[in-house]
Amino acid sequence: MDGIALILLDALLILVLLGLAWATLESRDPRRGVVLFIAFGLVLALVWARLAAPDVALAEAAIGAGLSGALLLAALRDEPEAGHDPSEPEPATPARRRLPSLTNWALGLLCLGLGLVVTWAFVDALSVADPERLAGQVMARIVESGVSNPVTAVLLNFRGYDTLLELAVLLAALLGILALGPERGGYAPAGPVLAGLAGWLIPGLILTGGYLLWVGAHAPGGAFQAGAILAAAAVIRRLAGDRAAGLPQGLALRALSLAGVAVFLGVGLALLVAGRPFLGFPPTWAGTLILAIESAATLAIGATLALAFVGGRPAAWDSPQQRRALDPTQVRNQP
Amino acid sequence: MTELIAGALIAAGILFYLAGSIGLLRLPDIYCRLHALTKADNLGLGLLVAGLVLLTDDLAVALKLVLIWLLVLAASAAGAHLIAGQARRGEGP
Amino acid sequence: MTGFLAWAALALMLSLLLGLIRVLRGPSAADRLMAAQLLGTTGVGLLLLLAPVLGSAALIDVALVLALLAVVAVAALTGREVPGGQDRD
Repeated sequence: MDGIALILLDALLILVLLGLAWATLESRDPRRGVVLFIAFGLVLALVWARLAAPDVALAEAAIGAGLSGALLLAALRDEPEAGHDPSEPEPATPARRRLPSLTNWALGLLCLGLGLVVTWAFVDALSVADPERLAGQVMARIVESGVSNPVTAVLLNFRGYDTLLELAVLLAALLGILALGPERGGYAPAGPVLAGLAGWLIPGLILTGGYLLWVGAHAPGGAFQAGAILAAAAVIRRLAGDRAAGLPQGLALRALSLAGVAVFLGVGLALLVAGRPFLGFPPTWAGTLILAIESAATLAIGATLALAFVGGRPAAWDSPQQRRALDPTQVRNQP
Repeated sequence: MTELIAGALIAAGILFYLAGSIGLLRLPDIYCRLHALTKADNLGLGLLVAGLVLLTDDLAVALKLVLIWLLVLAASAAGAHLIAGQARRGEGP
Repeated sequence: MTGFLAWAALALMLSLLLGLIRVLRGPSAADRLMAAQLLGTTGVGLLLLLAPVLGSAALIDVALVLALLAVVAVAALTGREVPGGQDRD
């Protein structure tokens, strides 16, 4: 009885997803595109949930929808409004689209071809009688992993090295953002509505982040989702007028950003010293070690994504002494 | 018996959601549409949650459902206000 | 019961589709802001209905996160930007 309903639901989800994607891509005004992109991200979270992938749905809702939208809007800052910039010359092409060029046709055919190949591969994989599924292999050895959520077991134990490298990539991205220049402009001090919202939303987000970090060991959740939610709390703080986005200053901020990679690497090296392979957790300690690494990673991911929203080198990155030293207008004490 | 009441509550909730969407489509003005969207959808969610609470036998799940409804209530109220403010200022993406 | 809930979820999806028509067509920019608001309520309802249908209690957590992040999205979209970069305090 619910089979037909679910099939129709899937059809509608696909329709909405593709429609939103199309509308996002063909938006002239970038801000309209960002709004539709946020909607697309939220619908995609629904799709992941429908596909019984709650971990991915959590990550999509937190990162793909809310945070990505905020980041894109921060990137659009100080861009002239579509159609309001008087200094831009009249575009050569008319308002209506011309017929697609030969390149467009070739690219379209290429995409179609790739799509067909992928579909054929997928259908072929599904039709194998007794397939070698990774999920089965994971579940067979999950007792050694220290956690009972298979996604966390894979991310933090079986393929922990990949996650370490992902955190390093985030750190590298942060260094890139810091090199972009000073932080982006701030926001007006919050009116009563936003202030009231922030009053309960920020603690609520922090609590939810902590909850997802804890629950990630035995249910969908984990460091990335929790970190993204903490970053969302920082985003709200900045939107309410706090330029520092609630982040600490100077050395503490740098330590926070490094925490994920540092703790992960530290644990791996300590295990090497103790005679085990790099990141080879002993089964009795695995749960504790994973929680420690995930806690550090949550804080680091939160700080990194918050700094991404800040959009450049924040005033808080340098300690007060460094800022005084860098400031050319300061009178130096003569020894 | 519980299932019947829960079913009725959920059906009523869906009706309010649909009413909200129809309001979104047919009302003339952004502010009217905000009314339809926020109030009707929140009431629909409340009825939905009431029905689902009756269907579950886990207290933690029931409490979580009620918590979600209260959060959505507060969040939608603030959100609608923020959108209306933006519309009034005439700016906006 | 899950059969009924699945049909209810389908009805909610229709409601979402109708709302998104307004979001896509909406003459004013603020109409499009309602996308985040719409998904924050309808999406949550959909997830809460799908949780018993798919037998996944974790979807309730997803609904919680969706509700919170939808309002973060609305706040970000309605943020009143103060132009200019980092000013020297």
